[in-house]
Amino acid sequence: MPAEIHTREARGPAAPLHPRSGAAGDDPRQKKKRAGRGAVSIAGEKVIEALIRLCGISAIIFVFSIFFFVFREAVPLFFEKPKAQTQEQAAAVERHADDHRPAHKVFSLKEFLFSKEWYPTSQSNVRFGVLALIVGTLSVTVLAMVIAVPFGLGAAVFVSEFCGGKVKETLKIVIELLAAIPSVVWGFIGLTVMNPIIQNLFNAPIGLNVLNGAILLALMSVPIMVSIGEDSLKAVPDSFREAGIALGATRWQLVYRVLIPAAKNGLLAAVLLGVGRAVGETMAVLMATGHAVNIPDSIFDPVRTLTATIAAELGEASEGSQHYRVLFLIGVLLFSITAVVNLTADMAIRGIKRK
Amino acid sequence: MSKLKTTTKWAMAIALAAGLAQTGCGKRDGANGSGSGGGKVTSVQNIGSDTMVNLAQAWSEEYHKVDPGVSIEVSGGGSGLGIAGLINGTAEIANSSRKLESEEVEKCKAKHGGSDPKEYMVGYDALSIFVHKDNPLNEISLEELAEIYKEGGKITKWSDLGVQSIPGAQGDEIVRISRQNNSGTYHYFREVVIGKKGDFKAGSVDLNGSKDVVETIAKTPNAIGYSGMGYATPAVKIVKVAKKKGEPSVMPSIETTLNKTYPIARPMFMYTPGTPPPHIQKYLDWVMSDAGQKIVKDTGYVPLPKK
Repeated sequence: MPAEIHTREARGPAAPLHPRSGAAGDDPRQKKKRAGRGAVSIAGEKVIEALIRLCGISAIIFVFSIFFFVFREAVPLFFEKPKAQTQEQAAAVERHADDHRPAHKVFSLKEFLFSKEWYPTSQSNVRFGVLALIVGTLSVTVLAMVIAVPFGLGAAVFVSEFCGGKVKETLKIVIELLAAIPSVVWGFIGLTVMNPIIQNLFNAPIGLNVLNGAILLALMSVPIMVSIGEDSLKAVPDSFREAGIALGATRWQLVYRVLIPAAKNGLLAAVLLGVGRAVGETMAVLMATGHAVNIPDSIFDPVRTLTATIAAELGEASEGSQHYRVLFLIGVLLFSITAVVNLTADMAIRGIKRK
Repeated sequence: MSKLKTTTKWAMAIALAAGLAQTGCGKRDGANGSGSGGGKVTSVQNIGSDTMVNLAQAWSEEYHKVDPGVSIEVSGGGSGLGIAGLINGTAEIANSSRKLESEEVEKCKAKHGGSDPKEYMVGYDALSIFVHKDNPLNEISLEELAEIYKEGGKITKWSDLGVQSIPGAQGDEIVRISRQNNSGTYHYFREVVIGKKGDFKAGSVDLNGSKDVVETIAKTPNAIGYSGMGYATPAVKIVKVAKKKGEPSVMPSIETTLNKTYPIARPMFMYTPGTPPPHIQKYLDWVMSDAGQKIVKDTGYVPLPKK
């Protein structure tokens, strides 16, 4: 028995790394055939190996170069020297008031994080405060999760435990189809369908608001939650189910008392990946949340998210300007938020494997 | 059982790995402009005003039919960017929704051998104030608009404007529709309505296009917004604008723009550094001709008065 348990680990890491040496050593027939191959085919194999290795590590290269690029564009903000405002320069600023170049001001990280005033193109007083945008992003995401978590996890439990055969297959296909809808289509639905419905149903002055964006984000993150949630429920050994049933548990008791606690790490990961999706989503929220710099009092207030701000403003901010760099700094902020969420999700998944 | 020789074929396939093709950047020959020489396309750099960018694009496309030998390459970025390009030589035509300032004229003269930049007025832009079609509001003054839109402004409810009930509206709140903060229209509205020193009140719904503004107002009975006159649809209403409360209010139209009674209209200009070469002169003449001015009208701006 102990041998059987360890076979998986023994085969795991060692074998795929050196397939040739191992195989050649063990099997004299293969060794003979290999010797008969030409130098070209061996070289070809080497090239393929190298290419595949490159494919494997390309993701790391991409992530780091994106990280590097975003940082490189944002970092000069902190090293810019305050320009001495001589009278002449002040006058020049005045004269160029029609340029879209804002008056120069020293960047302050504190203002960036804690001020709710976002006036990147003001002519008299440029202010780069993203607090309202952070709150906007968080409010939409939190509400989206409040809607999506019961639906997503409920659907995962249903697909995994309560339905069989055809229903299960159909449901899985349809849920995956939901994930395939492009976000701009969601945004369009928010703009044209949800907007009047929310206005009439909730007596909201404008239907482009937190609720609208949150419903769309919920629908967009449900498929991820369902598929990961279902996987983690499936990973619970059948012996758990058998033991539960043997003890006389009903199906509901089995799910509630046995399966959910056993799969909780996976379910948490499912939720966190859904959160990551919601935080990073741009197009749908740009169209559906109203795009108003505003700390919302209720779910019927329009807000603006970090992602939507970058999407709407980066195209026209002149390269190298303070506004441009601040937009990249928002990118860094988003990058950090999603990185933390994804790492937490990853650690949660690792949690299951360790069991 | 298995054919190991296929690896040779694989190796050959891998050898076909992609190579990078380098494309050189064609040097523009706009300056020597020999006009529409047989087959050779002369490109002209046309940079500037965001407000005018759609119009300039429409002109450029239409002009391609008139003279296929000249390609007008339009880009936006703002009037300021266009003027900077005019001075440093990257823009052969600068679009601007404001006049050049004397200092800019001097700079341009210094850079271009002492010749004055030439100004061409190519049309007008009348900014209209839109509300939902069921909104009983008929007129508004610039002061009231400022109180609605500016930072610290006091008007937040329709009843503050004397509008008691809008059919279909939810509550009394004014939903302010505005534009993204680097739009030319946003800048113009800020300059004329709010004042150069002021800023917009936070919390307005900032949309990314003139058309979006009108479409959103059409679906939102509580909304007010500003956009080009040409974007009007039957689902929205244009409100008459008065310079001051008590003064007569004016409907934006070609007529009221031309006789300057409509307070939020502005001329649109094109500038060239010095006397333009013949192919550019020909383009500008066409822009100001009936054919070019028809496009001004079609795109929702106000054409020049007929001579």
